[in-house]
Amino acid sequence: MAEMTYLQAISDGLREEMRRDESVFCLGEDIGAFGGAFKVTDGFIEEFGADRVLDTPLAENLIVGASIGAAIEGMKPVAEMQFADFISCGFDQLVNVAAKMHYRQGVAVPMVVRLPSGGGFSGGAFHSQNPEAWFVHSPGLKVVAPATADDAKGLLVSAIRDPNPVCYLEHKGLYRHIKGEVPDGEHIVPLGEARVARQGEELSVIAYGSAVHLAMEAAEQLEEDIEVLDLRTVSPLDTDAILASARKTGKVLVAHEATQSCGVGGEVAAVISEHAFEDLDAPVRRLTTPDVPIPFSPPLEQHVLPQLDDMKEACRELLAY
Amino acid sequence: MKLENSSSVRDGSRRSGLTRNDRVLLLRYMLLMRLSEERGLTLYKQGKVPGSFYDGRGQEAISVGASFVLGPRDRLCILHRDLGAHFVRGVTPDRYLANYMGRKDGVTGGKDGNMHFGDRRLGCVGMVSMLPDMAQVTNGIALAFKMRGEPRVAMTFFGEGATANGQWHEAMNFAGIHRLPAVFVLENNKFAYSTPTDLEYAVDPVNRAEGYGFPGVSVDGNDVEALFEAAREAAERARGGGGPTLIECHTMRMHGHGAHDDMRYVPKEMFDEWEKRDPIDRYERALTEQHGFQRPELESIRTDCEREVAEGAEKALASPMPEPERGLDGVYADAWEPLGDGKAPWSFWSEGAERRERQEAGVA
Repeated sequence: MAEMTYLQAISDGLREEMRRDESVFCLGEDIGAFGGAFKVTDGFIEEFGADRVLDTPLAENLIVGASIGAAIEGMKPVAEMQFADFISCGFDQLVNVAAKMHYRQGVAVPMVVRLPSGGGFSGGAFHSQNPEAWFVHSPGLKVVAPATADDAKGLLVSAIRDPNPVCYLEHKGLYRHIKGEVPDGEHIVPLGEARVARQGEELSVIAYGSAVHLAMEAAEQLEEDIEVLDLRTVSPLDTDAILASARKTGKVLVAHEATQSCGVGGEVAAVISEHAFEDLDAPVRRLTTPDVPIPFSPPLEQHVLPQLDDMKEACRELLAY
Repeated sequence: MKLENSSSVRDGSRRSGLTRNDRVLLLRYMLLMRLSEERGLTLYKQGKVPGSFYDGRGQEAISVGASFVLGPRDRLCILHRDLGAHFVRGVTPDRYLANYMGRKDGVTGGKDGNMHFGDRRLGCVGMVSMLPDMAQVTNGIALAFKMRGEPRVAMTFFGEGATANGQWHEAMNFAGIHRLPAVFVLENNKFAYSTPTDLEYAVDPVNRAEGYGFPGVSVDGNDVEALFEAAREAAERARGGGGPTLIECHTMRMHGHGAHDDMRYVPKEMFDEWEKRDPIDRYERALTEQHGFQRPELESIRTDCEREVAEGAEKALASPMPEPERGLDGVYADAWEPLGDGKAPWSFWSEGAERRERQEAGVA
C-alpha cells in the first residue's frame, strides 16, 4: 500500500501494465517527450522508448483509428485525448469503427481511450467537458469514471485488460487534489461494479467522478444518514447496486458534473423509476450542471458547476420530502 | 507448351514472377467476382437482398491483381468494390451471396450487410460505411507489424472521392511519418456516387503521395498484371522497411454507385470508351496473344466459374435466416482472438518463399 494522488495512481497502473505486458503501449499528443499535458506519462518515454510512448500528430481520428488497427492485431493501445473535449475530433472512429466492430464482424478491439475531463479552473468550453453520455449511448463501448486513487489504478488496469474499447474518464480536478491508499503491485477493480462509499439509510446519493467527493463532503457536514454510491462504471451500469440502494433508502439524488439533459443521471433515474417505483418515498432528483457550455470567468463557472452548497441543499430538500 | 518458371528470378524477362497457373488464377478470380456480382444483382432485382446492392463491375483487375501479391500473414481492410480480394483470400461465392441476403451462413451471419464483411479467419477486417476510415485502421495494423519487427504488409482500398476526406490526409500523413508497411490502393473510377473527379479534387491524388513522403504510382486499373506488378513492388517496399506506397488505378465504375443508381450523370461516350477496356476481355486476349493460352481452355475456366457461382447461389439461397435473438448478441467481446491467415494463392508463397522473403528483409 502507498498513499498517492489520483494522477499518480493512473501513472502507476499504466506503468505497471506496460512493464508486465509488452503489447501495451501509449499514443497521443505530447505524451512522449513532454510526458503528457498533465504529466501522466512523465518518465515513460525514458523507460519504454519512443515506440511504446508514441507522440502522434494532431489528429484524433488518427489516434483512435490507429489504436483500433493495432488492437485488432494484438497490441493493447492506451490512447490519450489531451482533453476529453477533443474526443469529438475522433468521434467517428470511436463510435462507428471501434464500438461496432465486434458486433458486426466478431473482431475484438481491446483498446482504452483516456479522457481528461471536467472543469472548475477556467478552462472554458473546450477544456472542461464531461462527454461520457455520448459514449454510454454508443453500444459496444464501456465507460468508466473513477473517483478515488485506488479506483483510478484498479479501473485502468481492468480497462487495459478488457477485450473491448473502454473510455476512461479521469477528472482533471481530482488529479492532484485527491489522495488515497493504493495497493502495490497488481490491483484490479472490475468493470461494471459500483462501490458503496458511505453507508446510509435515509437518502442515497448516486454519483461518479468528481460528484462523489461533493457527496461525501456534504454527507459529513450535514451529519445525516446519507448513503453515497460511487458508480465507478457508467456503462455498463451496476443496476443491482443502484436498485439495492434506492430500495433501501427510498430517496435518491443522482449527481454528476456533466450537463443535465440525457446525462447518466437521467438513465439512472429511469432505471430506478422502472424497477423500484414502489420503494420510493420521493421523486428521483438530479444535481448536475445545467444545459450550458462551460463558461470561462470564475463567477460564471462556479455558478454553473455543482458546488458543495448545492449538494447540501439538494440533500436537505430530499431528506425533508 | 513450355511451363514458365516461377517467382525467384528477378531479371527483366521474368520480372512478373507469375507462373502459368498464377495467370489461370488471376483470370479465375476476376471471373468469380464478375459472375458472383452479376448473380447478386439478379438476386437483388428478385427482391432477395434486403437493403442495397453494390458492385465493382469493371474494376475486377484492381482487387484481384493487388491482393494476389499478399502472403498468408498479411492483412487487408477490403472495401465495397473489391470482392476479388475476398475471393483471393479464400471466401467463396456462397458466403458472399448469403451475406447480401442476410442469411445465417453469410460472412457476418446477418449482423452486417452488403460488402461490410471481412472473414477474420482469413486475415480480413470488415469495412464501415464512413470513408476512408479503414485507411486509419490499416495504419494501426501496419503500426503493430512495425512495432514487432514483422515483415508483414497491411493493404487497403479507397476511391478517389474518399481522398477528399480529412481522414485520408491524416492516414497518408501518419503512414509517411512512420514509414508504415502499408499498401494503399486508390481506385480512381471517375465518379464518387454521382460526383465527377473535377468536383472532388483539384490535383490528381496520386501526386499527393510525394507530399506525404512516399511514392505514388499510377497504373492502368484494368490491367490485372500491371496491378500485380505495382502491388508487388509496393509490398516488397513495405516488407523491406521502405514504407508505404499509393497505387492509383485508373478505371471506370461500369455500374451505378449502387443498383438503385441509374447513372444518368455518366456521359455515354465515356461509358462506351471504358466498356472497350473491360479488364476480363483484355486479360483473355493477353493470355491468348502473349502467354500461349488457347480459347477452349479459357472457356473451360469460365464454365468452371459459372458452375461455382451457380452452386454458390443455390447454397446461399438454402441458408436460413439467422435466429432473431442474434440481434442482441455480440455487443461486447469476451476475449480477443488473433485474426487468422489468408489463403495466399500466388505460387511464390507456396514455395517456402516466406522464409526467403524474411531473409531478404533481414529479419530472422
